[in-house]
Amino acid sequence: MADPTIPILDMRAVSKTFTAGGRRTEALREANLTVSRGEFVCLLGASGCGKSTLLRVAAGFEAPTAGQALMWGKPIAGPGPSRGMVFQDYGLFPWLTVRDNIGFGPKARGRPAAEIRDIAERYIALVGLQSFADAYPHQLSGGMKQRVAIARVLANEAEVVLMDEPFGALDAMTRERLQDELLDLWSRTGLTILFVTHAIEEAIFLADRIVMMSPGPGRIETIHPVALPRRRDVSSPAFNDLRRMLAAQLHSHHAPRAAA
Amino acid sequence: MSTGVEAGVLPATAPASVPRRAGLGLGHLRRLALACVLPALLVAVWQVTTAGRPYSLIPPPAEVWAELRDLAIGGVNDDAFSGTLWTHLAASLSRVYGGFALAAAAALPLGLLIGRVPLIRALLDPALQVLRPVPVTAWLPLAMILFGLGPRSAFFLVFLGAFYPILVNTVFGVRSVEPRLFEAAAMLGCTGPAQFVRVVLPAALPSIFTGLRLGLGFAWVVIVVGEMTGVQTGLGAIIMEARQLSRTEIVICGMAVIGVAGFVSDWLVMQLGRRLLAWSPNHG
Repeated sequence: MADPTIPILDMRAVSKTFTAGGRRTEALREANLTVSRGEFVCLLGASGCGKSTLLRVAAGFEAPTAGQALMWGKPIAGPGPSRGMVFQDYGLFPWLTVRDNIGFGPKARGRPAAEIRDIAERYIALVGLQSFADAYPHQLSGGMKQRVAIARVLANEAEVVLMDEPFGALDAMTRERLQDELLDLWSRTGLTILFVTHAIEEAIFLADRIVMMSPGPGRIETIHPVALPRRRDVSSPAFNDLRRMLAAQLHSHHAPRAAA
Repeated sequence: MSTGVEAGVLPATAPASVPRRAGLGLGHLRRLALACVLPALLVAVWQVTTAGRPYSLIPPPAEVWAELRDLAIGGVNDDAFSGTLWTHLAASLSRVYGGFALAAAAALPLGLLIGRVPLIRALLDPALQVLRPVPVTAWLPLAMILFGLGPRSAFFLVFLGAFYPILVNTVFGVRSVEPRLFEAAAMLGCTGPAQFVRVVLPAALPSIFTGLRLGLGFAWVVIVVGEMTGVQTGLGAIIMEARQLSRTEIVICGMAVIGVAGFVSDWLVMQLGRRLLAWSPNHG
């Protein structure tokens, strides 16, 4: 299916303007980004920089006002199973058990019941929730809910996983653990991940490339490849150099606003 | 990947069943005793104010109890009413549940569509809202013209009484589904009309159940009015007939039976809801 010379995701001069109550807000201006298969790309920036908008365009939830959003060279027409989304607020179906949440996608696509069961079991095991397979979302902790959200996207054979500040609502310990688990999953499955965050350290820890975005209007400022070997040591000098550089860049986005 | 067992999570096995089982002992008895306080007081006041007064318009409890037994199994008065309770109860039950089922069958799909499809909302909602404040009793004359004297009018009035609570709560439930869930469904491959069954209906179910409970309650409320349309059987009919004959003890029996029947049917709906809504932290 995939021609290796074509990028899995290709954003060409994507702009997005929202109109609400007669007021126009330019959320994203001419964003250009290509993502290759198997890449882990982080979109980093302060609030209002358009990083979530770019992600939602890639998901197909928003159509670009101008420009083109392509997957495997074809325009993205709407949301679909090939691009799974992991939301910060989980978006689990509260009336379904962990097993049925994970089986939702295969079931929606009309897979036979026995196959759905097998798929669900496999991905429950993958995220280590065997003893919670029959629990409902309200009985789970935040970290477990996010594991279910990731599993349900993978169970649906997503090629690209789009993650919108997925660990933003979790406590620090759970967040670090899930970052490790996600990297482990990514290295084993060859997934392509587009990951939105406002945490510099998280971006450096996870990404092959960091896309730095800036607000007013939202746009892509620079793209930083992260060449550090994995698993990355957050206390290493190289890690800290990169963090300092990105922090200075991020803070420069705030400065003109604070002065104004 | 790690095992994923974290602190601070609830046990995964149905947590609601634990306190319920513990409550079967003393707590259960206590609740039953507390529930009986008010009825006992009312009966006591009733007894004191009516017993031993030959000209009391309201018969004392003992007389009503005797009448109730006569209505149920006969052998006390041996008049036209003796042993007829079950016929009347069955007639009312069939109208209440028939009208209610018809109301649910109409209000549920309508509510789903009005809640979800803007065109249908714009088309139907204003007219339905104008008709909503019209009391069921006001429909009585028109119902008798449209459906004639008899059970069909009763059926129609019960239908009307149950229709609006179900409709209004269904629309509310549909409108308050979290938009995120539609996005989640869409990116998992569930789009368009399939979302009605896979997302809208289950997400709105708690509200829908509230509507069904209220609707069934209203069905029992309007059954007396509905059976004023000249039907021969039914708890409403027996109350109207007894009223004309000044048999107040039968009127009270009819009231008591409606109360108990309505209570039992509400309890059944609640049990069903508890089963279907076990996932919801606010139910189950």
